[in-house]
Amino acid sequence: MTEPLTPEQADRLAVSWRDAPGLWGFLTTVDHKRIAARYILTVVLLMFLAGMLALDMRLQLAWPDMGRMTPQLYNESFSLHGSTMLFLVSVPVMEAMAIWLVPLMLGQRALAFPRLAAFSYWLYLGGVLMLWVPHAFGITPDLGWFEYPPLSGPGYGPGHRVDIWAQMITFTEVAALAASVNVVATVLKMRPPGMTLARIPVFVWSQAIAGLMTIFSLPAVMLVTSMLIADRLVSTQFFAPSAGGDVILFQHLFWWFGHPEVYIIFLPAAGFVSMIVETFSRRTLFGHVAVVLSMLGIAALAFGLWVHHMFAVGLPRLGNDFYTAASMAVALPAGLQIFCWIATLWSGRPRFDTPLLWVLGFIATFVIGGLSGVMAASAPLDQQITDTYFIVAHFHYVLIGGAIFPLLGAFCYWYPKATGRLMSERLGKLAFWLIVGGFNLGFFPMHLLGLMGMPRRVYTYSEGMGWGPLNLVATLGSAIAVAGGLVFVANAWWSRRHGAPAGPDPWGGSTLEWAVPSPPPQHNFDHLPVVDSLTPLWTQKDALQVMTGLAIERREVLVTSVIEATPEYRQKSPKPSIAPLLSALAVTILFIGSIFTPWALVWGAVPVAVALVVWFWPQRERARTGPLRVRR
Amino acid sequence: MSDARPCKVVGDVSDLPESASGAKHLVWWGNIGFMAIEGTAFALAAGTYLYLMSQTQGWPPAGTRPPDLFWPAVLTLGLFLSEIPNLWVRRRAIAKDERGVRFGTLGMTILGLLLLIPRGIEFAHLNVHWSDNAYGSLTWMLIILHTSHLITDIGDTAVQAVWLFTHEVGDDQFADVEDNANYWTFVVLSWLPVGALIYLAPRLG
Amino acid sequence: MNGLQSALAPAGEQAAGIHGLFWLMMLVCGAMYLLVLGGVAWALWRAVRRRRTAGEPAINPPDVGLNRGLLGWAGLIVVGLTVVITASFLVERNIAAARARDALEVRVTGHQWWWRIQYRDPRTGGWIETANELHLPLGRTTRVALGSADVIHSFWVPNIAQKLDVIPGRINLLDLTPTRPGWFRGQCAEFCGIQHAHMAFDVKVDPPESFDRWLAGQANAAAKPADPVAAHGQRVVTGGQCAMCHAIRGTPATGRAGPDLTHFGSRRSVAAGTLTMSRGAIQGWIAQPQALKPGTMMPPVALSGADADAASRYLMGLQ
Repeated sequence: MTEPLTPEQADRLAVSWRDAPGLWGFLTTVDHKRIAARYILTVVLLMFLAGMLALDMRLQLAWPDMGRMTPQLYNESFSLHGSTMLFLVSVPVMEAMAIWLVPLMLGQRALAFPRLAAFSYWLYLGGVLMLWVPHAFGITPDLGWFEYPPLSGPGYGPGHRVDIWAQMITFTEVAALAASVNVVATVLKMRPPGMTLARIPVFVWSQAIAGLMTIFSLPAVMLVTSMLIADRLVSTQFFAPSAGGDVILFQHLFWWFGHPEVYIIFLPAAGFVSMIVETFSRRTLFGHVAVVLSMLGIAALAFGLWVHHMFAVGLPRLGNDFYTAASMAVALPAGLQIFCWIATLWSGRPRFDTPLLWVLGFIATFVIGGLSGVMAASAPLDQQITDTYFIVAHFHYVLIGGAIFPLLGAFCYWYPKATGRLMSERLGKLAFWLIVGGFNLGFFPMHLLGLMGMPRRVYTYSEGMGWGPLNLVATLGSAIAVAGGLVFVANAWWSRRHGAPAGPDPWGGSTLEWAVPSPPPQHNFDHLPVVDSLTPLWTQKDALQVMTGLAIERREVLVTSVIEATPEYRQKSPKPSIAPLLSALAVTILFIGSIFTPWALVWGAVPVAVALVVWFWPQRERARTGPLRVRR
Repeated sequence: MSDARPCKVVGDVSDLPESASGAKHLVWWGNIGFMAIEGTAFALAAGTYLYLMSQTQGWPPAGTRPPDLFWPAVLTLGLFLSEIPNLWVRRRAIAKDERGVRFGTLGMTILGLLLLIPRGIEFAHLNVHWSDNAYGSLTWMLIILHTSHLITDIGDTAVQAVWLFTHEVGDDQFADVEDNANYWTFVVLSWLPVGALIYLAPRLG
Repeated sequence: MNGLQSALAPAGEQAAGIHGLFWLMMLVCGAMYLLVLGGVAWALWRAVRRRRTAGEPAINPPDVGLNRGLLGWAGLIVVGLTVVITASFLVERNIAAARARDALEVRVTGHQWWWRIQYRDPRTGGWIETANELHLPLGRTTRVALGSADVIHSFWVPNIAQKLDVIPGRINLLDLTPTRPGWFRGQCAEFCGIQHAHMAFDVKVDPPESFDRWLAGQANAAAKPADPVAAHGQRVVTGGQCAMCHAIRGTPATGRAGPDLTHFGSRRSVAAGTLTMSRGAIQGWIAQPQALKPGTMMPPVALSGADADAASRYLMGLQ
């Protein structure tokens, strides 16, 4: 048995993992924490912009017959809001949390493919700019977040608004797919010794499952938006009924992606909730196996119910019955998870800090969204409420209540780990009550509005419809929630400098990330932790069991077996590189070019190929054997 | 800097090897991940084809001849025969035979480029333009989807061959050759359903 | 609150069935929600009552009772789901049963942003065309065949029945069986472009005799102008720009691109539910359509004051 690293060795290890200083380091870093932080800052900015769009629309709808927005501006606003929130915020922020947390929870120094993570971010940023830069020049998609043809086809969607939307999706989906492969490979092959499948933290499970779902669902939206661009650019006939195409084909492919996407967003949130509930209840999560199996169940069901977005299309009745039953069945695993969280609180000794408050707000809000989802899953009832404000209320309850509330809780929970300082509890609680209260005040009336016949995506309505008062309440609530969001961000900003020092483990957490200093050094762990339970920090409270033997002078990680996590070999981990950024730039040229000419797919492939060759060119000695050997 | 918690050393990994091959290797899983993504795309494209076929009277639509069979038959035969050297290269990679992988990847590159000839001629014998009707669009979509994979892997093999001839080959590169050979098998196998749809489905419909 | 366009005030067999299903689901879901909140409240109450300080965390406590609770909860969910799935299935079956009935045939075509409506003429078997106002006989099933002239729309009269999408390249059938006479309102429910918000239609449910009278009236050619001013208006409308897009049966106006105006004056609203029918509304609509419904296909028509007045008088007279 060997000794722990000496301080001098630990310093040399830190140097091996350190980024170059300054701008070059910024552009070349492959540190998962820096990459994730970028994602999160970008997302915060986008959430602010999308929130302002939402507020603008709510003001327009607050009173009947308002003229402050033209229909064009309104249509652009909801399209930009929806596309931003679904493609550029919800999915990426969950990936960001995985990129930041998964290596830390696994006791690792890096992700499986660090450069791929850097590439994911740069490409994602390309998608962000793809949508928002043209917006600054007045070219904004105006057909919603699911641009159905023929409205988005060559006949009715002139200009480049639709193309921009479609290629923004290609950007973000390539980025998301790369991130998912990265996370899944990390979870499968880079778990700490002893972390068998049964000892994987729920959050890590949730991200692995969401990653697999991403792999099997996102290709559908890339395929369908490519078909749409081809219809628009080179006159293919996929969605042209007059030439044997079918407009409903678009909807099938879109929702094959679109429904799993909801769970890709929700499962990581369920992972946050599980971790927070466990820590703040001071007991092992009740029903760990039930929670994980529920996640797997949700993931499997998710691919069997896309048609419930299309009940009003007029499909055969037998199909409707099947998809009704399949969609409602999701209530079972989701309900079991809720039970496990409440049971953990019930049997534990909860302490009510802000992260746990967010979990309570999540349960009270998300369950409403889940139950309205059961209603919307009934084919006949859905045909009344789909495309109305009832559905607007439903999916905001699910996405904000079910995913953003846990995310905000997670943000408060891991903020001290990331920054070394605690957020202000007082401001945190203020933000919590403003957001949860404002949200419910703002969105609950929309259920009623939908039942009273108010369709989605209308820029105005006349006084005679009787929708005015509830819309005013909805606007008021949204404004309160937005104010709460600003308080939340202000708290994060202020606490970075002025928060109380957190120390490595302010909450008494159970998982490995709480074993390292806050903020963690670039290499995360000096030693390889060894895991003996689901809650290693609770079962090894005197001293953390570790292994030594990874290289100190270069970047190296441990690869373990898939099921038992027994050590297999030591893998070199790549150094910082400019290649991911160059590759992302090359891909950006190709994607943007393809909006204007199909030939971009040919000439644009050249720089992409060059950048990828630079990226993957292995660094080794010149050959001294073989026909092309160097003779010295 | 050291870990925030006191620690107790219970083992050491310095005796472990510095690389692995096959399913033990980390990159192998990344490769599988991307194959899963592309396989999903192929499956969805095939599903799209079958969906529109089921929605349409007459397949191919009246007035359109099904694509000719000669050149795709040549290509299919060629793809299958290419598996013989491909699997040989894979075995040489696992055996860490430097000479074997160098000439093997070179051979596979040449073979791949030769296979692009029948593939190129195929395009001229589809007997439909992508803008004619949805059937034409689907036919072109499937063949372009497959061709892009073919070209990508040939390019990858070519770069690999250049590198292998000019550098000392380490364990990681043998693993790369193995992964690349697996990918070629993926490209060959994915042609079976895709080719069947393009060339056989119009003769059944 | 207004019940003109509300799923909560059913006036049709289909909507009533769904309305019943809605309340059943509210009951089941409401009970489940209360159970969840009760569970949370109980957990909080225990936490406050015991006021236990945070000591060592409990690792894998036995949880025997909770495991049983989990099973019980799963059973409860399954029972609740079985109830709502069965109810949903039965309601859907009832709605589908109307398909077997003999029904009045109506064709509705969605246009950006108005509705073309055609009735099968019981006397001639031809089609009687109108727009943006659907009349239905009380107690009888009307089968609406939905088609689209351009993009996807969705046909929805919440008081009477569920919605159904209007899809280019397809014909969708929807059965409407009104059970209460009166005025209702329908609206496009699928985003269809810039004026999706102004693609509504009025729905009038009448006893069968009144309905038959109305339909017979619709089959007639347009009313003759009642006075010289209206006669001048007719010349303005049928001889000018209007006739290129609008048809007024019995006059030279035979355009097909826009709504049929043969009995325009009898309708309740102008421009697919945008304005309430009045002479002022008609004049405003002719002069400034882009101000009232920005993006509409209707071009502004510059008329002199006298011409505009005459045209509106003529159009109001098309009863």
